[in-house]
Amino acid sequence: MKLSELAHTRSGDKGDTANIGVIAWRAEDYAILEREVTADRVKAYFGELVQGKVERFELPNLGALNFLLHGSLGGGGTVTLRVDAQGKTYGAALLNMEIAI
Amino acid sequence: MISQDIIRIGNGQGFWGDWLEAPVRLVEQGPLDYLILDYLAEVTMSVLQKQKQADPTRGYASDFPPLMARLAPKLKARNIKVVANAGGVNPRACAEAVRALAPELKVAVVLGDDIYDRIDDLLGRGHEMRDMDTGAPLSSIRKRIQSANAYIGAFPLAEALATGADVVIAGRSTDTALALAPMVHCFGWKETDYHLLAAGTIAGHIVECGAQCTGGNSQCDWQNIPDMANIGYPIIEAAADGTFVITKHEATGGRVTADGVKEQLLYELGDPKRYLTPDCTADFTTIQLAQNGPNRVRVSGIQGSKRPPTLKLSISFSDGWKSTGTLVYSAPDALAKAEAADRIVRERLAGLGLHFEEIRTEFFGVNACNGPVAVPVANPPEVQLRIGVRDADRKAVDRFTRELIPLVLNGPPGATGFGEGRPPVREIVAYWSALLPREEITTTVEVFE
Repeated sequence: MKLSELAHTRSGDKGDTANIGVIAWRAEDYAILEREVTADRVKAYFGELVQGKVERFELPNLGALNFLLHGSLGGGGTVTLRVDAQGKTYGAALLNMEIAI
Repeated sequence: MISQDIIRIGNGQGFWGDWLEAPVRLVEQGPLDYLILDYLAEVTMSVLQKQKQADPTRGYASDFPPLMARLAPKLKARNIKVVANAGGVNPRACAEAVRALAPELKVAVVLGDDIYDRIDDLLGRGHEMRDMDTGAPLSSIRKRIQSANAYIGAFPLAEALATGADVVIAGRSTDTALALAPMVHCFGWKETDYHLLAAGTIAGHIVECGAQCTGGNSQCDWQNIPDMANIGYPIIEAAADGTFVITKHEATGGRVTADGVKEQLLYELGDPKRYLTPDCTADFTTIQLAQNGPNRVRVSGIQGSKRPPTLKLSISFSDGWKSTGTLVYSAPDALAKAEAADRIVRERLAGLGLHFEEIRTEFFGVNACNGPVAVPVANPPEVQLRIGVRDADRKAVDRFTRELIPLVLNGPPGATGFGEGRPPVREIVAYWSALLPREEITTTVEVFE
């Protein structure tokens, strides 16, 4: 199934790094997110969009994961030529990822 | 210290350019004790520094003094205090402008964050101020620096509130300090009250982007969020024990839910266990949320630890030139036409012997936002071609701006959307973050009355 069935997201930027918060709609689904939405899978999903590494942090108290996508904003800030200079749309894009339950 | 169980802190501005009506509505539509306004983004400081160099009476958020004049009678009548980082690189001039328009307001200004004139002294004494991302020393861009400020925390702002000022104006304070300062002032929190400071900091993080925690930019059933046209901006109901409620005025639109607050907690977050500010280190993995009635989310359980020994610097510097232009192609074969136009532009630029640090092409309607992960569309009825270039050579970038519109006559058929003419060339003002021992920054408070 698509990640969108279990989670919602918000994304933003810190320089050339985008962050994506992935939040389980239901607390009991957090374990599935933790298992399925790994840093490696997120890195592979975005492919050439992410030039650096992907880091993952866990916030079980919020049923949420936080991903840092390093080198994903074309230099970031005012340097980038991307229309989505701040990665605002990356969170919604991640919701299309297929996960197994 | 004011004896009060709950203080209501509303954020009426998530960035300079946010909804002009929001702060007015926060004051007019329900109970409020503190109005906070966050005006500064990294690039804002360089714009303000240039304004100040051209005119020593400028260099602050120019929307702020007229807003204070508009609100002054109500602020005085209801004893609502204002805390804003509207001062930019010229907080004194901002205070004088407020006083000129609203002489009944007592204004306190926090100074000491601006280190633009101290850079050579700091470099000379061995502070390398290396970029936190690249590790390069600040000396490598010394001549191109346009502004330099240290992020300051809540305690200098609380000191300013203690003067009895109606309006506190800071320069580069952190966004979260604006919310934490009234709590420090009212509840008498100390620099070692780590958990309390972390709680106030996280409250500030939740509201710092304005309506992003009351239904704005939210994936939570967004189609059915009520009355977005009249969306309420967020209010923190803060208690002395560090618990708080996120809410909004009753008669307003939008929606405050635990899910929506979670979205904002995750926004622009790094390591959740080490959220560093000048005031404390906050741990986002300790936050507990509970829906506590309609449009009310209670936040508790927050833990924190000691503040870091350094302050973060926000430095801007000139980093070349860029320009982006667009053309629209319609069906049939809209994408193929746009792709052909892109090839032609690149061939002509190469033919002119122009080389750029970067040329980037995006196809709106196809994959501009998400590149390789965009869902494929077959045969889009129209596509906007967007080409951008970036280079240290302004002339090369300027030449590029002449290459798009000719395609309307000498490229693939059916190009339109060129009505705004040649795209402008913009200076790139890049951002440099570094650390400085906090002992180097001494803040002071000045009162204007």
